[in-house]
Amino acid sequence: MSDEFNQIAKFEDPGLPEHVHRKTDTDPKAADLAERQVAILFILSALGTVLAIYAYIFIKDDVFFFIPIMGDTNAHQLFLGLGMAISLLFIGLGLVHWAKMLMPDTEVIAKRHEFRSPDEDRADFHQTIKEQAAAAGLGRRSLIKRTLGLALGFSALTPLVLLRDLGPLPGKDLEKTSWKRGTRLVTDPGDRPIRPEDLEIGAVAQVLPELEPGSTRHLSDIAKDAVLLIRLRPSEFQLDAERLSWTYDGIIAFSKICSHMGCAVALYEQQTKHLLCPCHQSTFDVTRAAKVIFGPSARPLPQLSITVDADGYLVAQNPFNEPVGPSYWERPS
Amino acid sequence: MKKVERIGVNVAGYVDDRTGAAKWLRKNLTKVFPDHWSFMLGEIVLYSFIILLLSGTFLTFWFDPSQREVVYDGSYEPLQDIKMSAAYASALHISFDVRGGLLMRQIHHWAALIFMAGMIAHLMRVFFTGAFRKPREANWLIGVGLVTLGIVEGFLGYSLPDDLLSGTGIRIAEAIIQALPVVGSYLAFFAFGGAFPGEAFIPRIFTVHVLLLPAIFLALITIHLMLVWYQKHTQYPGPGRTEKNVVGYPLMPIYMAKAGGFFFIVFGVTAFLGAVASINPIWLYGPYNPGQVTAGSQPDFYMGWLDGLVRMAPPLETAAFGYTISWNILIPGLIIPGILFTLMALYPFIESWMTGDKREHHLLERPRNNPNRTAIGAMSLSFILVVLINGGNDLIATHFSLTINQIMWFTRIGVIVIPPMVFVITKRICLSLQRADREKVLHGRETGRLVMLPHGEFVEVHEELSAAEKFTLTQHEQPMALQVPNSDANGVLNPQGLKGKLRARLSQAHVEQVSAPSASEAKELESGHH
Repeated sequence: MSDEFNQIAKFEDPGLPEHVHRKTDTDPKAADLAERQVAILFILSALGTVLAIYAYIFIKDDVFFFIPIMGDTNAHQLFLGLGMAISLLFIGLGLVHWAKMLMPDTEVIAKRHEFRSPDEDRADFHQTIKEQAAAAGLGRRSLIKRTLGLALGFSALTPLVLLRDLGPLPGKDLEKTSWKRGTRLVTDPGDRPIRPEDLEIGAVAQVLPELEPGSTRHLSDIAKDAVLLIRLRPSEFQLDAERLSWTYDGIIAFSKICSHMGCAVALYEQQTKHLLCPCHQSTFDVTRAAKVIFGPSARPLPQLSITVDADGYLVAQNPFNEPVGPSYWERPS
Repeated sequence: MKKVERIGVNVAGYVDDRTGAAKWLRKNLTKVFPDHWSFMLGEIVLYSFIILLLSGTFLTFWFDPSQREVVYDGSYEPLQDIKMSAAYASALHISFDVRGGLLMRQIHHWAALIFMAGMIAHLMRVFFTGAFRKPREANWLIGVGLVTLGIVEGFLGYSLPDDLLSGTGIRIAEAIIQALPVVGSYLAFFAFGGAFPGEAFIPRIFTVHVLLLPAIFLALITIHLMLVWYQKHTQYPGPGRTEKNVVGYPLMPIYMAKAGGFFFIVFGVTAFLGAVASINPIWLYGPYNPGQVTAGSQPDFYMGWLDGLVRMAPPLETAAFGYTISWNILIPGLIIPGILFTLMALYPFIESWMTGDKREHHLLERPRNNPNRTAIGAMSLSFILVVLINGGNDLIATHFSLTINQIMWFTRIGVIVIPPMVFVITKRICLSLQRADREKVLHGRETGRLVMLPHGEFVEVHEELSAAEKFTLTQHEQPMALQVPNSDANGVLNPQGLKGKLRARLSQAHVEQVSAPSASEAKELESGHH
């Protein structure tokens, strides 16, 4: 701070203002009244506990009644909670009221000292550290220091190795789905195979690959296999010849797992023919092979090529030709 | 001696016989703490942590952290006979078949929200009043660590019930792990014990949620409070309050009663919320299925800003040489939050470098008296607020009849344009408030009373401030900007280089102030009067 600055007279600190006594300090009647108020608060708390226990034991948990704003409310849960709230809240209010009304409210001044020790003590301390370092030979014996560093660094590898069995290596797992050439599309839920005529124009259906006999479906299968079928008028597509050949009679199939972060792309807007992921609003244009037209996703939804089998049921013409779901480092581009 | 006193003395004697701590205890039981409503924000956090421990323990008695498939057979009819994980089934069991279970679940969730909101409010109080300055940098760092861990702990907590909403959240977390360059898919497979979702994740995060993180919280909170105790609490400036003292009330009995009472009040309010305000009704979402999703998927508010960042990211992905980098996930999901939290953690050191101020500070600053810091804080808040708005863009769109695209573009542009604007405006507001303070000290408070003078002139009566008010409004420091020497002793030009220039420039911005009125000025004005 410059000298010039200090020469200007600042407003002086008038010191702590004089203490003003409360009514409860001067008037014994007011103090007695405050005591009674505190007692009432504590009694209210006790009544709250009684209400909570009463609700727990005697109010059936299937009793509902209507409260504006809250709607149909479960009486058991409501009164148990209110009882608990009252019992806790009024203990608190009582204690605070007691402290504010009846305990001394004179402000106390305590001293504060700078944390920095006197120079002498610091010098002594520094000296001790130097001596200790010298005694340990840290400055001189660099071989010890380096090998210790090596040993400590290496010892951290054990826990890393121990965590190896947390899971298998990904291998090619992220690239594969259960879809194979000729796998039937079955409804989810229901597992019924579907024919093209089951879908009206404008309709959407979620399908999964038909289970092979004896196998079970895990959630991790659904996380890759879920497919969305959408039927448009064939004239509405704006696809190249190859992609058009992947559709069947206006029915187009996309992976339902968002190419951004893997949520289910479940919102279909019939008017605009847009698919929207409710997690981060990536928007895909169904007529243009799920091209991303808005939002953070960088890739279209993978398209599944479909056709019908001899019995007229929809089947996969080929497996997905790219990994479904979110990106990862070794994802082939 | 009264009976109470006798018991007290006996207990004190018993303790001292075994510890010799009489002197230490006497000193600490009468320790003085300053009083201010904003000092209770941290208390709220502490108490909601205790509530979380109590209600969480209750929940563990019935919760089954397992992703084994079961068929639901409980009293909630709509989900009868539906396949689900044991975790979800037991969460339903707690909600419908354990008396008080739903109440405890809701208390636990509300307490978690209060815990996070309290931490953020407490952090803002500490930031805007400069309480993080030397010697309290360590406590600031612990606090930033607690906020970070709090976000993780909260996310893991609401992920445990394995409902459709929280499962979707886990899916997103998995995608972030998977997006990490080189090791992503490996880490994801390790974390989930194989392909997503597997059956390992819920049991694993359960241990982290109920054991590992709470233990770290407990340790960090203990150190945090011990440091507050040892370094003594900061206080707001005012008459009689200096850097060398603490003015307030003794721990015993005032704060025992007030703080103890406040714990019960926080618990009571949380219980009230748990009783009347439904939160996270998992039974409406159904069990998790990766092929399904709920519309309007929203994380809890402390995750919302992250989600908003991810939503507004441009669709950038690099695919080359057979490898893929998802910038659209890495930048909003890891890089920006990483930079934000690092800057927040380092702020005390950055500020002390900018100002060259290495002194101890125990008197808080009024936010207006440090315009630059206040503006930085407001700017950061506006950034978080804009991305948080985008995190709720779907709900805002339906509630206000807007399109998601409008909100997304507003926030995409806003996140770049609004924070700098907020910085400038906040700084100007602070300086204007300083000017208003100056006006008040020198010319008194406007009373709104108009008086007609004998010659017909109307004047408004100004009321002089009390000495205490004048002192409070003028006691703050008016630091000078750091000077960078143009050349050093050997004639080398600009010896500190670019870094020195930058520092001088920042320091100059930091000291921008309206000069506080001094007593000399006031005297001059007075003598100039009629």
